[in-house]
Amino acid sequence: MIANLELLAGYPVLGLDLILNGLLIGAVFALAAYGMALVWGVMNIINIVQGELVILGGYIAWAAVGAGVPPLLCVPLAAFALGLLGWGLYGTVIRRIIERDLFISILATFGMSILLQQLMNQVFGADVRTVDSGFGTLSLMGGMVTVAQVKLFAFGLALLTGVGLWLFLSRARLGQAIRATAQNPRAARVLGIDTDRTYAATYALNAALCGAAGSLVVMAWTIHPYIGLQYTVRAFMIVIVAGLGNVAGVVFSGLGLGALENLAGFVLGAEFQVAFVFLLMVLVLIVRNLILSRRRSYLR
Amino acid sequence: MSGARDWWLMAALLCVGIVAPFLFPALVAQFAFLWLMVVFALSWDVMGGQMGYNSFGNILFFGIGCYTTAVVQRDFGFDYFAGLGAGLGLSGLIGVGAALLIGRAILGLRGHYFAIGTLGLGIAAAEIAGGWHYIGAGAGMVTPVFPGGVDTRNLFFYGLLFALAGSCFIFLRALYQCRFGMAINAIRDNEDKAEAMGLHTLRYKITAWCVAAFFLALAGGLAGNMIGFIDPRDVAFAGATYGVWMVLMAVLGGKGTLWGPVLGAAIFHLVQELFWTYLLGWQRVALGGLIVLIVVFYPQGIMGWLRERRAGHAVRDGEAQA
Amino acid sequence: MSAPILSVENVSKRFGGVVANDAVSLAVPEGAIIGLIGPNGSGKSTLFGSIVGFHPVDGGSVRFRGEEITRYRVPKIARMGLVRTFQQTHIYGQMSCLANMLISIPQRQERFLASFRRPKGEEIERAESLLASVGLWEKRQLAAGELSFGQQKLLEFAMALMCEPRLLLLDEPTAGINPTLINGLVAQLRRANAELGITLLVIEHNMRVIMNLADHLYCMAHGRILAEGDAEAIRADQRVIDAYLGAQ
Repeated sequence: MIANLELLAGYPVLGLDLILNGLLIGAVFALAAYGMALVWGVMNIINIVQGELVILGGYIAWAAVGAGVPPLLCVPLAAFALGLLGWGLYGTVIRRIIERDLFISILATFGMSILLQQLMNQVFGADVRTVDSGFGTLSLMGGMVTVAQVKLFAFGLALLTGVGLWLFLSRARLGQAIRATAQNPRAARVLGIDTDRTYAATYALNAALCGAAGSLVVMAWTIHPYIGLQYTVRAFMIVIVAGLGNVAGVVFSGLGLGALENLAGFVLGAEFQVAFVFLLMVLVLIVRNLILSRRRSYLR
Repeated sequence: MSGARDWWLMAALLCVGIVAPFLFPALVAQFAFLWLMVVFALSWDVMGGQMGYNSFGNILFFGIGCYTTAVVQRDFGFDYFAGLGAGLGLSGLIGVGAALLIGRAILGLRGHYFAIGTLGLGIAAAEIAGGWHYIGAGAGMVTPVFPGGVDTRNLFFYGLLFALAGSCFIFLRALYQCRFGMAINAIRDNEDKAEAMGLHTLRYKITAWCVAAFFLALAGGLAGNMIGFIDPRDVAFAGATYGVWMVLMAVLGGKGTLWGPVLGAAIFHLVQELFWTYLLGWQRVALGGLIVLIVVFYPQGIMGWLRERRAGHAVRDGEAQA
Repeated sequence: MSAPILSVENVSKRFGGVVANDAVSLAVPEGAIIGLIGPNGSGKSTLFGSIVGFHPVDGGSVRFRGEEITRYRVPKIARMGLVRTFQQTHIYGQMSCLANMLISIPQRQERFLASFRRPKGEEIERAESLLASVGLWEKRQLAAGELSFGQQKLLEFAMALMCEPRLLLLDEPTAGINPTLINGLVAQLRRANAELGITLLVIEHNMRVIMNLADHLYCMAHGRILAEGDAEAIRADQRVIDAYLGAQ
């Protein structure tokens, strides 16, 4: 660990490489986090199955590429497939837990997460998968900093999707219905908004976002049936730091998390990177709560 | 009130517990796991059911117990039984110590933040154990070989786990009948009010957490030895199996009741064994589905369902009299 | 009158841009019954919250029995003997009424090991007699959450008495209570004050009740203390009348 720190101090450009790559994956984290904030804010559900939806999106893209679909087309394809799945999940499970207390919804979505995880393991196997997108690698500063172009592409697409979503929520009729329902479901119902449909659309939209994020993950990085929960926790952490309904906050904390995690993974050793993510989440919760408790309050 | 019935049930269970391994010698290992499940569900319910703090990370203490006992057995140079005894003793201590240490910080969190915070702790522990070479890292640890035949070994661990489950039950039963039980119920029902009435809420919360930690750490030490191999992610800190099962068993039987977790553990264990036998390969998928089904359709649990039915009868009887 | 058991000096509290309490000062003498009146939204409940440590104050100081408690947290203040009841009832819904009472015994010198004993006989007797005094004895084994709103309010009051506070802050004790029970409740309040020596600070909208009960009254409006005095003075005060009629 000390040796790694010395290495980093000796070659700051190495840190730049880590941070840059971290920022790029951070955009994908932010995408999943945005979906989580949407579901949390509108439906008051903490969607623990979020990460599995991301990974499933990745598997769909992987399967599609295997079947001969060009990689770029896989992003909308995965988003569409996951959107459909999200609609179905809403109809079967989510709509029944929406008015229940948060323990029930956490446990139910956790159950869904285990179900999907095991299903993916059963269907796609336990191997680590990735997709070759056919992009090259960008070398900067005489080869000290290397960035796979596909990561740049993923970064751009993630931001673009975020902007599109933001426009949708502020301009489109359905988007406005979603925001109205988030603020006051009863008032929205009185005003003639079909809240059940709005919830379904919100959940499907979230699943589609996860699908898109997953297809980017499988192209630029790797996937595995059991790593979904990491994406859930990252999304959760980003939402806690940024707050609900704060798009810029989500993007910046997503990017920050990506960079921090990459640096920590290098310093502590790659085997502890995931532990770092989870401990950081616990730490974020505790610190936020401590700050609040000095103001005689607690995290609500 | 229900005191006499409780004693009859406990006596009956004691008889069953003593007779069962001799009636079905082939199933002793499964029965031992059943008592392990009972400890899981009971110790989870101290926090989740009685106090309203739904932890998804209690598996942390189980894992601590697994590893502590195994390390004592490996490094301290005792013979098998002395090593196991010393390991279990130290496991209990370290488990409680860890609960004290973490409790102060994490028990300030409420509701879903506590739930997800503890979930994070459990998984972080698995990842750390998976990278820490002193305890075997990803390859895990092998516990010492039991000096004796397989049947004796099974019977030995069966007896210990049965004793652990029994003492856990009796201890919790006594605990719930004193002021402590009322205090943690009060925290569950309305923590703001409990604070406004001057209750030492943090003290109660930490104590409850320590109680759960103690029994889980002992269970971990025993289970690690019974299984014989401690994998960081699949045995010690198995959040996706044991970790969720403890929540699910308590919910299935009835959160916040004394008998609910016992009942839930028994039913769940049976179902799980059936899944393992008949759904080879797909059992974990089916278990995930089962979690969703139970939570969505029977969140009140068996005890809750019984109570509702009895309340329904009482209302009807009352109407009949009126 | 004797020295104040509670003195509030220039306490201010803002929620975002809304000033809920603006430099509020009041004093509660030991053994007195003090009334706090004012139109809805005038900051009375917020003041209660500031006193018992429910939220931080933006300025000013609160002293209880001479001790500065402005920065203390809720449980500590409660253990000192300053307890409040809530406008919306706060009870332990799944526990029986009797258990609600038994867990409310004073925590002042509660030792850690004491939490591992069963309730004493005298505690149960006291709890049952207090329950009887608010007419809930027959319901003592019922889950508190199944009581009506008014009954929950009475239970909460009985719990507060069980706690043997030195100063009790009551937030609208008669709101939602069956009118036939109000006289009994007022008698209870007087008895608690006279026999148990509990000082009372009472928020109340029922003018007949509060004018009868209180030795001294404060009237709040728009987050400030508008007027103070005995019942006669308050009743005659033009500013109080204007505040209630909204003529400002």
